[in-house]
Amino acid sequence: MLVKTIFAGFGGQGVLIMGYTLAHGAMSAGYHVTFLPAYGAEVRGGTANCTVAISDDEIASPIASAPDYIVVLNTPSLYTFQNRIAPGGSLFLNSSIIAVEPSRRDIRIFKIPSAEMAEKMGNPRMTNTVMMGAFLKNTGLVTPDIYLASMEEVMGSKKKSIIEINRKAFTAGFEYSEEST
Amino acid sequence: MVIGEAAIRAGCRFYAGYPITPQNEIPEYMAEHLRQVEGGVFIQSESEVAAIHMVAGASAAGARSMTSSSSPGISLKQEGISSLAACQLPAVIVNMMRGGPGLGNISPSQGDYFQATRGGGHGDYRVIVLGPATAQEMADLTMDAFTLADQYRTPVMILADGMMGQMMEPVVFKEPQPRVYPEIYIMKGAGAGKSKFIRGLILDPLDMEEHNWTLDRKYQVIARKETRHELYGTDDAELILVAYGTGARIAKGAIKRLRNTGLKVGLFRPITLWPFPTNELRDLAKKVENFLVFELSTGQMLEDVRLALQGFARIGFHGRPGGVVPTPAELANVVTRQYDRKQGIIEHH
Repeated sequence: MLVKTIFAGFGGQGVLIMGYTLAHGAMSAGYHVTFLPAYGAEVRGGTANCTVAISDDEIASPIASAPDYIVVLNTPSLYTFQNRIAPGGSLFLNSSIIAVEPSRRDIRIFKIPSAEMAEKMGNPRMTNTVMMGAFLKNTGLVTPDIYLASMEEVMGSKKKSIIEINRKAFTAGFEYSEEST
Repeated sequence: MVIGEAAIRAGCRFYAGYPITPQNEIPEYMAEHLRQVEGGVFIQSESEVAAIHMVAGASAAGARSMTSSSSPGISLKQEGISSLAACQLPAVIVNMMRGGPGLGNISPSQGDYFQATRGGGHGDYRVIVLGPATAQEMADLTMDAFTLADQYRTPVMILADGMMGQMMEPVVFKEPQPRVYPEIYIMKGAGAGKSKFIRGLILDPLDMEEHNWTLDRKYQVIARKETRHELYGTDDAELILVAYGTGARIAKGAIKRLRNTGLKVGLFRPITLWPFPTNELRDLAKKVENFLVFELSTGQMLEDVRLALQGFARIGFHGRPGGVVPTPAELANVVTRQYDRKQGIIEHH
């Protein structure tokens, strides 16, 4: 088994931490894993993406030319990456700010209003965590327990209250069930 | 990050460097963690040239010392590396190669192979060059680099690329070896004893010649004793890929695909790039005659492979310079084309 996922969005939306936490979770679950970040010179507002490869065997290339899953948090990332998804793969998009329709018809598409959900819960910065809940619900790459344990470890230095609202955000995303199209 | 932690565990207590992408993860890690260990010193120097000479100073004073940079920055350090070799001072230098020549770009490349394996700076000298292919190997080889540097009193380079520099993978750190080194040369104050000096300027040609032969004898011992390589799927192979570092990872991915389609392809992966495992590679040519070199360059290690195999085997080449990282699928296609051809030298570009 070899599964590759690209997470992409604006710098500041937390796409690198999503991928890093997933990689950490997959590592605790005993898989081979690589995490490859790519970001521009800008800190906020620029583009950022990362590739996570998870396998039960040694991983040759950490780069994904035809990823199984793509998670996009903004519209430019949708344009950049949708053509790369392997046929039969899945696209997860932040439908709160992505208004355009993906052009691909041979993939599964999950529209998650993650930014609105995060805002409703009181903190738009949790958009990434809501999305992660929906992503893991539909891909099952690692169990929620493992992901949340990794999240706590990765966010180690943050306040308890921030970890707690992220747990809630993850659960909200995990329980969100708008059927895929 | 891995290199930083491995270096500190190996006893590195001095780091100097000047920022450049794609290797800023190393100075970032060292800045935070080196000051937390006793005697640890981190300096963000005013330039690459200053950094390498600070490393020389710290090394002469007896500290395990390291600097890191990426291609253009490594070019700047060559004056100091030549000096370290001349003065027989141990040091570890990390090069996370990026696209070149010139400032090039910040994408992964293997275009500095010639520079690294032929010494790099001026003069008759060599640097031990280690080419890791995984994060685990970066950790292990960083520790080994400090041991080798002390053992032979010579600079050791870790030659990786932008992908290795930024990628993360799980790692288990091995127990570092205790430091063994001849304290005799270390400059830490003569006290009541005789004064010592270390120099790279030897004006008398006969003395300089003698010094050159001394260095050369050392390099010959290294070449005889320190080559390392990995064999992967070579037992029944009909074609053998030769690749190192990131190129070797891609090659392994290609080999898995090719073996699924019934093609018997293996990999020879040099781990020491200097000394190059020439004899070990030539041994393979006793039973295989089809070789394909793969590099993220226009063909540099290719020359070492030719020195090892010319006249013994057929050598093809596939290269992607400039910061392009091809997929295992692309390489698999190239291998398939060469696999069945029986004659002629083929060069794929």
